[in-house]
Amino acid sequence: MSRIAAVVLAGPGTNRDRDVAAALELAGADPTIALTRDVLDDRSLLSRAQLAVVAGGFSHADALGAGRMMALDLAAVGDELRSFVEQGKPVIGICNGFQVLTRARLLPGALGHNAQGEFDCRWVVLDPIVASQCVWTDGLTQPIHCPIAHGEGRYVHPDPDSLAAAGQVALRYRSTNPNGSVADIAGVCDHSGVVLGLMPHPENHIVARQHPHHRRGGGGPEHLGLRIFERGVHHAKSR
Amino acid sequence: MADRHRLTIHSIDPDPRAAAILDGIAHLGLEPVGQVVVADVVFIDGDLHTDDQHRLHGVLVDPLLQRGSWAAPTSCAVEITPLPGVTDANAHAVVHTAAVLDIPIRGAATGVRIEFPDEPPTGAIAAAVDRLVANDVIERWDHGTVDPLALRPPSDAVGGAEIVAVRSLNDADLAELNTERGLSLDPEELTTIRSHYAQLGRDPTDVELETLAQTWSEHCAHKTFRARIVVTAGPDDQVGATREPMLAQLRQSTEALDAPFVVSSFVGNAGVIEFDPGTTLAVKAETHNHPSAVEPFGGANTGVGGVIRDVLGIAHRPIAVTDILCFGPAELPLDALPAGTLHPRRIRAGVIDGIADYGNKIGLPTVAGAILYDERYTANPLVFAGCIGAAPTRPLHDGPFPDDRVVVLGGATGRDGIRGATFSSATMDATTGDVAGASVQIGDPITEKLLIDALVGAEHLYSAITDCGAGGLSSAVGEMAEGVGADVELDDVPRKYPGLAPWEVWLSEAQERMVVAVPADHLDELRARCARVGVDVADIGQFTGDGTLIVRSGGVVVADLDTHFLHDGRPQREMEAELPDPDRSASKRRTVDDPLDALRRLLQHPNIASKAATIHRYDHEIGGATVVRPLVGAASDAPADGVVLAPIDATAGVAIGIGVNPWYGLHDPESMALAVVDEAIRNVVAVGADPDKVALLDNFSWGDPRRPSTLGELVAAVDGCCTAAHMYRAPFVSGKDSLNNEYMGADGERHSVPPTLVITAIAHVPDADHCITPDLVGAGNVLMMVGSTEPEFAGSHLDLVLGEPDAVGVTPAPDPDAPNTYRKLHAAMRAGLVESCHDVSEGGAAVALAEMCIGGRLGASIDKLPGDDTVTALFAESIGRLIVEVEPRRVAAFMRVMDDGAQRIGVVTDRLDLQLPSLPPVPVSSLVDWFQHDPDSMDAT
Repeated sequence: MSRIAAVVLAGPGTNRDRDVAAALELAGADPTIALTRDVLDDRSLLSRAQLAVVAGGFSHADALGAGRMMALDLAAVGDELRSFVEQGKPVIGICNGFQVLTRARLLPGALGHNAQGEFDCRWVVLDPIVASQCVWTDGLTQPIHCPIAHGEGRYVHPDPDSLAAAGQVALRYRSTNPNGSVADIAGVCDHSGVVLGLMPHPENHIVARQHPHHRRGGGGPEHLGLRIFERGVHHAKSR
Repeated sequence: MADRHRLTIHSIDPDPRAAAILDGIAHLGLEPVGQVVVADVVFIDGDLHTDDQHRLHGVLVDPLLQRGSWAAPTSCAVEITPLPGVTDANAHAVVHTAAVLDIPIRGAATGVRIEFPDEPPTGAIAAAVDRLVANDVIERWDHGTVDPLALRPPSDAVGGAEIVAVRSLNDADLAELNTERGLSLDPEELTTIRSHYAQLGRDPTDVELETLAQTWSEHCAHKTFRARIVVTAGPDDQVGATREPMLAQLRQSTEALDAPFVVSSFVGNAGVIEFDPGTTLAVKAETHNHPSAVEPFGGANTGVGGVIRDVLGIAHRPIAVTDILCFGPAELPLDALPAGTLHPRRIRAGVIDGIADYGNKIGLPTVAGAILYDERYTANPLVFAGCIGAAPTRPLHDGPFPDDRVVVLGGATGRDGIRGATFSSATMDATTGDVAGASVQIGDPITEKLLIDALVGAEHLYSAITDCGAGGLSSAVGEMAEGVGADVELDDVPRKYPGLAPWEVWLSEAQERMVVAVPADHLDELRARCARVGVDVADIGQFTGDGTLIVRSGGVVVADLDTHFLHDGRPQREMEAELPDPDRSASKRRTVDDPLDALRRLLQHPNIASKAATIHRYDHEIGGATVVRPLVGAASDAPADGVVLAPIDATAGVAIGIGVNPWYGLHDPESMALAVVDEAIRNVVAVGADPDKVALLDNFSWGDPRRPSTLGELVAAVDGCCTAAHMYRAPFVSGKDSLNNEYMGADGERHSVPPTLVITAIAHVPDADHCITPDLVGAGNVLMMVGSTEPEFAGSHLDLVLGEPDAVGVTPAPDPDAPNTYRKLHAAMRAGLVESCHDVSEGGAAVALAEMCIGGRLGASIDKLPGDDTVTALFAESIGRLIVEVEPRRVAAFMRVMDDGAQRIGVVTDRLDLQLPSLPPVPVSSLVDWFQHDPDSMDAT
């Protein structure tokens, strides 16, 4: 089957767009990195794509709060984005992209300063939640290993139990909750399951030797972050 | 309807900044202030309707995280805002938000409000704010509420250039002018300028004089490294000799080695090497010491930004940054702090924040580094920032050519960072923080990220490129125009605000700018690229071909400089050096009453103890190329020797290793240079790099070289560098010196940093899938040591923790066998014979073995360590040594490859303790506790 078109949305200061594009390539997609102003100029960049990523970084330098300015920019293509989601096309927001999607109200909750108060970069283990309806984690049974790298990643939601009951909790931190997120939530999806937001970076674990314990026999194909992108591409293809 | 509005935003959950202030008060022993609450404030100048306020509130305040109020608060508090002209990214975002929401406003500012609900005495509040929070170099604060929008930068029109009458000045008057304008020129240089203008029959403009001062500054011209040096004292056979300038010496050593992988060395912004055909690497390391002393965050922040631009300025995509930091002791009592300086704890917090902020935001992994502590760094902290970049192999740009346009890309120009090059070339004293305010900038990593986005892939559009660093446009355009000439109009340089004098525009070190020479027919394509990513382009003139640098302001010529005089007119400095003459004949053993306690104290020493709290602040994963991280092992908490980067689709990678040891330099600078070159190379060899493909960077941070003994130490260190380069066949490709790292105390005493040489090794890793790290892998494996062990203790960390005896003996001597040993070890690694490997350095074999146990969470049973006595065996720091873990079935093969040049010292065990000769077994859990014990951890800052 041919590769599906994917668009990676980047704002001024987005910096993991190339990492995500590499992950999408390996997962069987044909990614294009588009700046929000590119999309404003040519809205078909979005409508032609079968999958969209809002990539991580520091859009607008996190001025006035992470994701706030880029969400404001994306509001100009809000109708197109909503239509994208309504068609069941998968969308993932990673790190800053997650922050953007919560500010844009495409995902529930908010992301506050890490409980320990500082930017933190370390590897974490994520449990995919079987009961979740998220298309990005659907069928994943093994924990995903990948790094976090953020200062504002503490997931806040007034009612995490109802979120879980609605199948919207897609990923939880296993053993180490690095930022004080409520109920160890690392990733949440919208009520339709096609939009996933997560703070960790699955795009930085797409080949075995990226794993910090690779030499010690750690990691393994089933724990690659790549698996999440493969599920998203699979869903886009099977729509 | 008021025209001034303020939105105060409180976090619903405790704001971590409040806890940091309380910790700081406790650490410094300041008067307690009770509770602390931190809030953000947005100030808006505009006629806002209630509906406008409501919509702004909707964007600026997240109801799940924050509470916002438009009412002016009345609680006991202070408010801190950036000084006018200092970069305020949040204010720009507010203006942008208002524009998107279609709410007309005239201006915006932001600030921080610190509330003290327990209403402590005003004095206690002021002490906490001054010591811990506000920095009057870039900020102002007041009790109650403030109105920063009432204070705008002066907008009076400023006239043209002024004529500075130098021809009529006698030498004393020249010296006064030198001080008054902060020119930092030598007396001979001043008289050369006077005669030059006498010959021309006119006086210079202030623009010309300032341009000469910047271009001829130590920072830009490296006049000490280019000086003719006469040896006035030292070893008998050298006294009276006149020496080759040090820069020439380093260059010649690289030329003599003629390494096939060196593409470009000691020219342009960075060294360029090509290990793998088809890809070149650009490498550079810089210092940003003085700025980091007065404004740690901004200083370190812009230090990182500057070195990234160096790599961008040689047409490479930056891929990683490094940092080596030297601070005063974190536990220094406040009353021991020299007047006018910031406490080391605050400097450290600011510097690390500054590096993390820039690297993380621009999106580059901060990988290799080191943190050193010594009292001599208290008033003069050192910040070394390095950057490595990659590009497809292509010819280096050889412009500019006549008729090319002079194009400035990036941020607008303000009164920031004026005279940075001359500032960094002067000695600091108690007033430095006050007068240097204008020398410090706050970086804007996003603007620089956009520059990378615009320039990578645009290499065909320009004929020359350089970054705007020290000296601003004067040095960037001045350097590019060398021999070619240029004619530029300052009115075309975008300004942050009006009111700048021509010389200020010309010298401003406003950050995040690049200068490119663009053939006129490529200008539109470059403009289009820049417009897409949001980079401003200013066409300010053209390169002419007549060798003259013409600077205009409103059409009027404000500088007319012969570029030949600008670049070659400076008289060569003549300097005197008293070479050190260390006695290298008599080694001195040490006796240690309680070796176990010594091991504990070494692992707890801040130079050796875990740096995890800092390392986790840096994104070391971005780019996906980090294969060996700064922290490794079963629990990812043990120190790596070198780090390795390899793109996901490549087999080969690049290793980065650091060598630095100022304590050796205090005793024997030449041996120090050999030792730190060895350490840097050993670090890359230990992770799997090829010892025959290593390039080196040198960074010297020294005291005032006009003192002959200080210069002598520098000369000795450069000698050591050249000897080492030859010995290891590892060429230096770039370097940087930062001299005058001295502080003039109120007592009139000069305090110099110790001789600090940082060596960065960049090396080829042929097989990045099989890198080696120091963490022990398997019980039953055999531990071998390579290299020889001697009682060399001068400058050792054993002396740092137990105290230095009167007769210190010798620093580690060079090991002539080391290069061959490394080649054999590399062959053994390529053959798959090595399981883990660690260099033996600070703290000796005992510390190295402890770190290997911590890394693997495995034990080791050591039967016999090389060395004539127990203390030497455990703690000596002889160079050229590595400990290697080998599977038992591969020991014979390993010994064959090593030509029997390795000694079996013990085995890896699963008993979870470290058994060393003459010591009781130490549980690995104790080693971990000691190593992670950090009395002044960053977490608590």
